[in-house]
Amino acid sequence: MTIVLDSREAGKAAHAAPSSNGRRPRWMQYNWLGGLAGWLWLVIVLVPIYWIVITSFKLQTDYFSTNPLVPPSSPTLENYRFVLENHFVRYFFNSVIVTLGAVVPAVVVSFMAAYAIVRGSAVSRFIRTVNAVFLMGLAIPLQAVIIPVYLLIIKLQMYDSLGAIILPSIAFAIPLSVLVLSNFIRDIPKELFESMRMDGATEWGTLWRLALPLTRPALVTVTIYQGLQVWNGFLLPLILTQSPERRVLPLALTAFQGQYNINIPAVLASVMLTTLPILVLYVVGRRQMLSGLTAGFGK
Amino acid sequence: MSVSYTHLAFTIFGIVPLIGVLVLSFSSWTGLTQNVPFSGLDSWKSVLTDPGLPHALWITFLIMALSWLAQTPLSILIGVFIAGHQRYRAVLAVLFFIPLLLSQAAIAITYKMLLDPNFGLGASLGWGFLQQDWLGEGKLAIGVIIFVVSWQWIPFHSLIYQGGVRQIPTAMYEAAEIDGAGRVRKFFSITLPQLKYTIITSSTLMVVGSLTFFDLIWVLTAGGPADATRALAVDMYVRGFRSGLMGPASAIAVILVLLGLGLALLVRRLGGRDAAESQLEGI
Repeated sequence: MTIVLDSREAGKAAHAAPSSNGRRPRWMQYNWLGGLAGWLWLVIVLVPIYWIVITSFKLQTDYFSTNPLVPPSSPTLENYRFVLENHFVRYFFNSVIVTLGAVVPAVVVSFMAAYAIVRGSAVSRFIRTVNAVFLMGLAIPLQAVIIPVYLLIIKLQMYDSLGAIILPSIAFAIPLSVLVLSNFIRDIPKELFESMRMDGATEWGTLWRLALPLTRPALVTVTIYQGLQVWNGFLLPLILTQSPERRVLPLALTAFQGQYNINIPAVLASVMLTTLPILVLYVVGRRQMLSGLTAGFGK
Repeated sequence: MSVSYTHLAFTIFGIVPLIGVLVLSFSSWTGLTQNVPFSGLDSWKSVLTDPGLPHALWITFLIMALSWLAQTPLSILIGVFIAGHQRYRAVLAVLFFIPLLLSQAAIAITYKMLLDPNFGLGASLGWGFLQQDWLGEGKLAIGVIIFVVSWQWIPFHSLIYQGGVRQIPTAMYEAAEIDGAGRVRKFFSITLPQLKYTIITSSTLMVVGSLTFFDLIWVLTAGGPADATRALAVDMYVRGFRSGLMGPASAIAVILVLLGLGLALLVRRLGGRDAAESQLEGI
């Protein structure tokens, strides 16, 4: 539908061909159905988010007496203060520890593995086998193996620790990271590796001085994606931790909601606080991703 | 040679991580002890004769089918729309990413508050339609889950379709135009057939993904009211970690895995191409 219109425009731009659409008035070419769906869905997506934001700045008493879709006349940070008083600073740092503790090693290991897979698959059967194992890991959902993971953590005597969340998170981040990174490293021209070798660089040196800088955009993408997965992860913390001091944010959210069920502004402030860091990361990381990718094309 | 090698690797390594769960399905482990006592086929017998299993399978299927039906037509429609190169459509795509950044727990909590019959949006606006006991009635609760899933994922799938649409060669439309094809005709004769592999990718992600919905359902309804939203993953969690029946819970995990593999193969057969290949296309 729209594509007709759009692709025609794109075509025009590319070839600078004379236009030939004298048959229909312009408004009829607009994709009304798609436009309606697109804008309607945008409203559906944004209304709950808007509601979260404005309600989190309302006093609980005002919440019940004012129109829920009108911003507060006198915004208050009271809810945020209340949430922070309920140990959310600790939960925040728990989440930071778990996310960094899982994503940094996972990405480093995946990067080195991806490098080895691209450079060594032709000569080593062992490396091909390892790659196959990683690829198979893609097909295994976390839910399906959560019980053996739980048993393993108990046997390791790590139950109810942040490490209990970190270890399986690393394992489940590796397969996709290796896949994405190895696809990226594979695109590095062979001649560059060749000239590094001619200059007497070791594989280790090539890894850090050639592959790392050239893979940076993919590394950023993978880091952000996996960071999001771990930060928002719910099942692993739910099953592998118990005590309130070990809570990460998603778990703390549900506990907080269970406790202050009726204080809707406070609960929504807690939702805001846990989401804010990701939104910031998205705004920063998106640019970096895009510029990284275009830089890759430029070279 | 390398193909048979890959198959061998799959047989050995695709299965190995799952052996643990298979082994545990023959145990009567409670989850509280260090040692795991084995009890033969007891778990399987109790799971397979329990009327809870067909119910959980039915709920899982219902959620899968309804969420596919709700998401696919809308995602294609929106995907085609935002594939346009106008600047505001790019802005639309950026905003569409927001639901993907939120955790399922945060989304579930927000909707729980939003739909609360006494304190939610409906109650404070005084809109009777919104003021139902959304999570207290079985059919409504399923509807809420479908809606919330769509809320989070339609934008994502729209972006997949956006990518698919942009790869369709412009020349095809130009040729169709010369032949005098109208817009609707072009959509059904060019856009839709050309999106075939994108549809397979998106559907695989939806269908297989719906098997593992847990966070959202657990926080929204905890499988309730009664067991109206007790899908397989929730059933597994409740049996294993709430009732201490790790054996039967492992049996359900095995069923979950088999179902996922079967569905992925089915979608692939329906589409007539290697599913893994089309999935990579999505990434």
